[in-house]
Amino acid sequence: MKLYYNLMSQPSRAVYMFLRLNKIPYEDCVLNVFEGEHKTEEYAAINPFQLVPAIDDNGFNLTESVAILRYLCREHKVADHWYPSDSKAQARVDEYLEWQHVNTRLQCAMFFQFKFLRPKMLGMPVNEKKVAEFKERMETVLDQLETIWLKDRPFIAGDHITIADLLAACELEQPSMAGYDVCEGRPNLTAWFKRVKDAFQPHYDEAHMMVYRVKDKFGGNPMKSNL
Amino acid sequence: MSQPSRAVYMFLRLNKIPYEDCVLNVFEGEHKTEEYAAINPFQLVPAIDDNGFNLTESVAILRYLCREHKVADHWYPSDSKAQARVDEYLEWQHVNTRLQCAMFFQFKFLRPKMLGMPVNEKKVAEFKERMETVLDQLETIWLKDRPFIAGDHITIADLLAACELEQPSMAGYDVCEGRPNLTAWFKRVKDAFQPHYDEAHMMVYRVKDKFAASP
Repeated sequence: MKLYYNLMSQPSRAVYMFLRLNKIPYEDCVLNVFEGEHKTEEYAAINPFQLVPAIDDNGFNLTESVAILRYLCREHKVADHWYPSDSKAQARVDEYLEWQHVNTRLQCAMFFQFKFLRPKMLGMPVNEKKVAEFKERMETVLDQLETIWLKDRPFIAGDHITIADLLAACELEQPSMAGYDVCEGRPNLTAWFKRVKDAFQPHYDEAHMMVYRVKDKFGGNPMKSNL
Repeated sequence: MSQPSRAVYMFLRLNKIPYEDCVLNVFEGEHKTEEYAAINPFQLVPAIDDNGFNLTESVAILRYLCREHKVADHWYPSDSKAQARVDEYLEWQHVNTRLQCAMFFQFKFLRPKMLGMPVNEKKVAEFKERMETVLDQLETIWLKDRPFIAGDHITIADLLAACELEQPSMAGYDVCEGRPNLTAWFKRVKDAFQPHYDEAHMMVYRVKDKFAASP
């Protein structure tokens, strides 16, 4: 099985960590998205949407990290808690996996885009209006994680860690590169984040090396220095 | 009026799964009550209460229904690779089909017509372009060489897609125009769900007729 990915992509990190933690063998196919390696015709034959991550499992190509993670849980003997076979428990995980696309993922990624990516990486002027707009939406999502998803339970879908927590953690790392601490003033989120990181070490730090480097370099201020 | 609500409604009725009707008048804010917040803290529709087990998110609900009731396997196949194909669309559609069609509908119709706001031409053009990109991807990727989105048989992916694609029609936009694969597919899906399809889309058809002439 080949994994096409780039560690600057949140869903790529999730699939990468899941494979490594569960010792599922795969062949590393890093795509340098900053150099447009995902826009080649060669890659389009594997993933017509030209995004990462994607897998090629002996000729079976699959995109969309959530679909990939479910597939991996079925095809490999991973512990049941990652995506429980119990119908109601599984529904709870699905509930988050569907909700997160336009909530956690969209708002954190858009905040990161306008606060960091566009000014720092693409040299565009800072659009303060958009930054403020997405910051507010992102904070609404963070508050919902704090007060709804993590209210009275240690993990997003219940008592045990699942692929929902894995995906959420990866998305929530993105704002840190733009100088935003998602955990500040959110004790449930803080405790949860530590639990998830601990569960995935050393793969978590490994997958987030580039993220940590960017976060440290800018010290919370993306406009401080040149990349 | 909610696309994912229509999908769950039609699936229940076609498969004769018994349920109790709890229509929420969202235009009158019935989804914002404390009573409903106890069922769905996100205060959106659809949601189910299955003997005390509350569940939100239409995609999660549809998968749950497929597991809990004896529906035909093709709706959400048990074969791993076939199921992965359905999942692939179900995940892709949130920020593609759903988001772009819904945002076009919002700016072209909902905000001016229902909320009396001035038309934001820039946003309408922006979302029209994004929506057209998605429609072309449906035409040339998802429905290339196959009758349904995830393969040879109809699945819950087709059901959800059809509901989302009805929304632009109320804003006078024909998603099928110039797209033969999409046109043929849409007819197949509608036929598979009748009479529940027309039943679920009664309000949509009415709005389309009334406003499509002069949005």
